[in-house]
Amino acid sequence: MKAIKRFIAGGLASAGLAALAVAPALAQQGLDEPFQASFKKALEGKTVGYLPVAMNFDLTEGWFAGVKKELEPYGVKVIVRDPNWSTSAGAQALTTLISEKPAAIIVHNPDVQTYAKLMQRAEKEGIYVIQVNMGSVYRSAAFVGANWIEIGERNADAVIKACQGKSNKIAIVQGALSAATSAYTLKGVENVLAKHPEIKVVSSQAADWDAAKAKAITQTVLKQNPDLCGIIGFWDGMDIGTAAAVKEAGLTGKVFLATSGGGERKGACELVKSGAFDLNVSYDVPTQAADMAGMIKWLLSSGVKPGDAKGSIYTTLTNITKDNAGSDTACWNLSDLKK
Amino acid sequence: MTLKRLGQQEVVFAIFAVLFAVFAIFLPGFATTQNMLTLLQNVAVLGILGLAMALIVIGRGIDISLIAALAVPPGLVLQMVQDGYSLPISMAAAVALALVFGLVNGWLIAYAEVPSLFATLATGIFLAGFGQAVLFKLDVVQWSTGMSGFEHLGQGAILGIPMPIIAFAGVCIVVALLLRQTRIGAYFYAIGDNPYGARVTGIPSRPIIVLQYVLAALIGCFAGFVLAASVNSMPTRIFNSTLIYDVILVVVLGGIGLSGGRGGVLNVIIGTLLIGTMLNGMTIMDISYSGQNLIKGMVLLVAVVVDSFLNPRNEETAQQGDI
Repeated sequence: MKAIKRFIAGGLASAGLAALAVAPALAQQGLDEPFQASFKKALEGKTVGYLPVAMNFDLTEGWFAGVKKELEPYGVKVIVRDPNWSTSAGAQALTTLISEKPAAIIVHNPDVQTYAKLMQRAEKEGIYVIQVNMGSVYRSAAFVGANWIEIGERNADAVIKACQGKSNKIAIVQGALSAATSAYTLKGVENVLAKHPEIKVVSSQAADWDAAKAKAITQTVLKQNPDLCGIIGFWDGMDIGTAAAVKEAGLTGKVFLATSGGGERKGACELVKSGAFDLNVSYDVPTQAADMAGMIKWLLSSGVKPGDAKGSIYTTLTNITKDNAGSDTACWNLSDLKK
Repeated sequence: MTLKRLGQQEVVFAIFAVLFAVFAIFLPGFATTQNMLTLLQNVAVLGILGLAMALIVIGRGIDISLIAALAVPPGLVLQMVQDGYSLPISMAAAVALALVFGLVNGWLIAYAEVPSLFATLATGIFLAGFGQAVLFKLDVVQWSTGMSGFEHLGQGAILGIPMPIIAFAGVCIVVALLLRQTRIGAYFYAIGDNPYGARVTGIPSRPIIVLQYVLAALIGCFAGFVLAASVNSMPTRIFNSTLIYDVILVVVLGGIGLSGGRGGVLNVIIGTLLIGTMLNGMTIMDISYSGQNLIKGMVLLVAVVVDSFLNPRNEETAQQGDI
């Protein structure tokens, strides 16, 4: 014991001496970090184009605010082109953006096909393309987004677990039929259902991302199957309607409602807290924004030729349930992100 | 009644009756009281909008801006309450907005003499854009705690009957009384039947037209309140949906001709019931989305074809314009 103590004491003493010897040198003379200047130069004055499917909803507003917050301090200008849900307006906006030659373009695809050729052209012309949440058939420098298959699987797992010992009847409220995100999520649900032949899907309908339609469908389904044990919804913004139908039928707590979304506080955590949703699988938007900004920083400072490097950053999903819905970190506020 | 005298109203009612009977026999769980209530509840908002549209169409006009009146003023209530205003003040602001909107529509059509289709198309886009750009932070305006109590309008029930159905019934009664029991209602028909004739006989047609659009905007706003209370939010993007076509469909399918001067509340009810029955039955059968569209289209086509077969166009009807 004594030997060890002496050894430690000796070690500390010599470390202290060493520090004393070096410290004055540091205090007198700064040490230049050799890479930061070129990093700053690579970003300064650059422009990043941002093309969502539409502004004015939690996801796209959150991405925009988050990316701006990360990049603007480095002198990067982030410009937005809002096609307001029109695919053709979006394709036009992307074409114009390419001719404006920004350093990078963040693209939120409306589907897997429309922008594919244009994104390829952009990278050929030396513009990095980052795709967010909805990947196209063309893989560009980076894809940042949720794995929809996994979202479907997680939701289905949770619902099936909640159904154990109950009727085993579930319903699925899909988004719009034309949306690939909806189809991917459905595939994830199907993957899980294939392993559970005892589960009976009594209804699988598309509600067009529309809360009123989701409510109407769910009401009818619940009247026909009052013993339903779970519902898988495809988006929390739409499933407000699904939850309202469950509540009106007096079945809150009896029918397990699993959904997914960007984790905005009012749309996710507060609804989980109120019992409207039992599970909300969140692809945290500020994290996605930070991932995109990080990717852009790396690409611009690396000097990689656009089109040469390709990779994906799948967002780590968070399950928001009653257990963590009250915490400060499970969800985010748009107003805070914009500050 | 001979076959010749069957109008569109009767044709649609017959189709509705046949569909209803088929569903009742072959679909277990369709003909239950509970399901009937659900069926009605699901089309209540559509029905209320149909009544607003009927007021306009009877006066030989059309109001494309109805969905903007449905989305923006009620969205304003939710947004204002979220920002800390009290519920009554927010409601007053919303009703005032709807009122002004109706007045602008009416003024454009009655005094500036802009055709109603173009006037309301423009004002609707303006109001929706104004909401998106100035009033709302997000497309879906979310519920906040200050709204508590308001949800009864969409989710409550009286004697087991859901509130949206009661709201629909209430608006039905008000509009029916207005159209059938008051002088103003008679003026609506007169203006729709022959606007120039109405003016010559001394009917104050311009103020009456303004009144029509104000009423439509207010009813639209009320429908929006019911919708918002029913889904605990106001998805203002609904303006971009095809809802306005459904509303026109309910009115025209029910037998209110776009040429004006004809029809009433009963037509709207019949049109709404047909749509409601189709939607409900197909949801119970779990028919795919595309399949539903196919069937909806076919039923509508049958209704139109049967009607034009039974009521062939003659010189009189051909002259009445389709908008």
